[in-house]
Parts: sequence; C-alpha cells; structure tokens
Amino acid sequence: MLDLIKQPWPWYLAGALIGLTVPYLLLVGNKTFGISSSLRHLCAACMPANIKFFQYDWRKESWNLFFVGGIIVGAFIAGHFLMTGAPVELAKPTAEYLTSKGITDNSSLLPPELFSWEQLFTIRGLIFFVVGGFLVGFGTRYAGGCTSGHAIMGLSSLQWPSLIATISFMVGGIIMTWFILPYLLTL
Amino acid sequence: MQHTFQHTPAAISDLGVRELDSMCVNESELKHPWWYNLKYSAWGILFGIVFVKAEIVSWFRIQEMFRFESFHMYGVIGTAVVVGALSVLLIKRLKARTIYGEEIHIPDKTFNKGQIYGGITFGLGWAITGACPGPLFAQIGAGFPVIFVTFLSAWAGTWVYGLLREQLPH
Repeated sequence: MLDLIKQPWPWYLAGALIGLTVPYLLLVGNKTFGISSSLRHLCAACMPANIKFFQYDWRKESWNLFFVGGIIVGAFIAGHFLMTGAPVELAKPTAEYLTSKGITDNSSLLPPELFSWEQLFTIRGLIFFVVGGFLVGFGTRYAGGCTSGHAIMGLSSLQWPSLIATISFMVGGIIMTWFILPYLLTL
Repeated sequence: MQHTFQHTPAAISDLGVRELDSMCVNESELKHPWWYNLKYSAWGILFGIVFVKAEIVSWFRIQEMFRFESFHMYGVIGTAVVVGALSVLLIKRLKARTIYGEEIHIPDKTFNKGQIYGGITFGLGWAITGACPGPLFAQIGAGFPVIFVTFLSAWAGTWVYGLLREQLPH
C-alpha cells in the first residue's frame, strides 16, 4: 500500500480530490475555495498600515490560514515520507528544451539550477524568486483570485468572470514561457 | 451585506472589488471556538499531500503545461473543475445545508478589468516560479525552504496591490 502511495499520483485522482475541496468547504462551513486570499489576510493581520483594502476583521477569515497551514504540513509529510526519490519524469520535448537551456537536474520537484540558496543572490535568482513571487502576489489579488478561486471554484460555479481570469492566467503564462523565459533561463 | 456600504460611487466600486474576494462576503453568523478551524487544516493536509504527490507543485510540470507538451496539469485542473461543478450542481439541486444547518450560498463574482490585467500579471509570475499561491506554501513544506523568499515577495506583492488599488484600472 505504502509503495503504491509513494508512486506519483495520476492526474484523475489528484483532480478529483482537489475538486472535492469545493463541496467540502461549502458543506463544513459555507466557505468558497480560494487560496490567494490568505496573502491578503496576512497583510490585514500583520501590516494593514491604514490601507483600506486591509481594514477588515481578518480573524473571521482565519479558516483560510488554517487551511494553508494544513497545506504546509501535508506537503511536509508527502515530501519527507512519501517520495520514492525517483526523478520527475518529464515529457521528452520539455526535457530536451530545458537541457538546451542548461536545466538538467530533474531529481527533485524544482530544478536546483534555478531554485537554491546559491542562486538567490544572482540576477537570475532575483527574477525567479523576488520578481516572480511579486507578480504572483500582486496579480492574484488584482485578479481577485488564483487558480483555486477562479479556475476551480469560479468555473465550478459557472461564473464567467472566472473564465476570463483563467484565460488571462494562461495568456500571461504562455507569454512568459514562450517569449521571456528563454532569455531569463540563459541569464 | 450591501446595506452596510454607503452608496457613493467610490463605495460601490469598493463593494465590487470586495465581492471578488468572496470569502469576505460570505460571513457566517455562527460563533465557534478556534479549534473548529482544524477541519480546514485537516483538508489542507490532504490537499498538501495531493499537491506534492501529483507533482502539481513541480516547476517542471508547469513548464510542460505552458509549453503544451503534457496533458498532466490539464487533466488535474479539468477533473477538478468537473468534480467541483457536479458537486455545486448537486448541492444546489438538493438544497443541501452546511453541517451546522446554514443555507449554502455561493456569491457571484462580478467582472472588472482587474481579472484581465491581474490575471495576465499572475500568469507571468506563475510561469517563472512554477507556483500559484497554494503550491507556493506546499513547496516550502515539501523541503524547499528557499521558496520562503518567493512567498515573502508574493506577500509584498499583495500588500503593494492593496496600496495602489485605488489608482489601478478596474
């Protein structure tokens, strides 16, 4: 059994479990699924700085922070006890492309050539950690949600603004991947 | 909720933006002790395990997705949407209530241009970091403490959005 769990999980199992988050949250507490709001609640809790957007009682939304705390714990359990240690199996064209850009180490979930402490204080590190993170935090709030709030919760409840948001996520990702990342990877 | 807002133009647009953060609108009347929140942590733990085990938190998988060279992420998100949509349909049909007997309410999202501008901005970041906000937390937990820097920057990004929000087109 444990051996089975340690294998990478198929998309349909992962997708179904993630999809079930929607009814779970609705049924146990009338909550709509969304993760990026946790960043807003952290702003409201730690440094509201008189900004109107952060003037609300974040404690009423603290369930979101408990959920995110659970994600960290779950990821810790999976990352430390449920891995086989086998490399990430990549689609061949992706692997070939990344190799041509010097990204060859797929022994863990993130390439150490990009995401390591040594990389942090380089120009490339500045972009991959600081600029990338900033765009994620700024963009999700500007869009009013992320993959969970818009693509999953929003589309599940047939909200067309979420479809527009999801398409925009893809457009941004495609622009970055095809037109900007090829340069950033070779910095 | 609407009656708590003054109907000046600024307040109306503010309501529109707040409704996007639907969690702030959906306020339960029930008062529970803090440990009731552990049922969210429990699901979060399962969620975190799924994120790591299905490699959704992997930068490589996000590259594959945006390069259209693997079905994996499309399969994950597509299945999640189908399961989520069927659940919502069922909940509405059966007029299901929460375990505390409250009526289930899903607030409507209203369109504003932020969904386009912000969406593209987030997409750019997603392709760089290989992480949307959920996987960001999962990457830290899964054994990549250096991603805490990315998280701090995302936190700062949300804060700067709050600071500039009135000046940004919506």
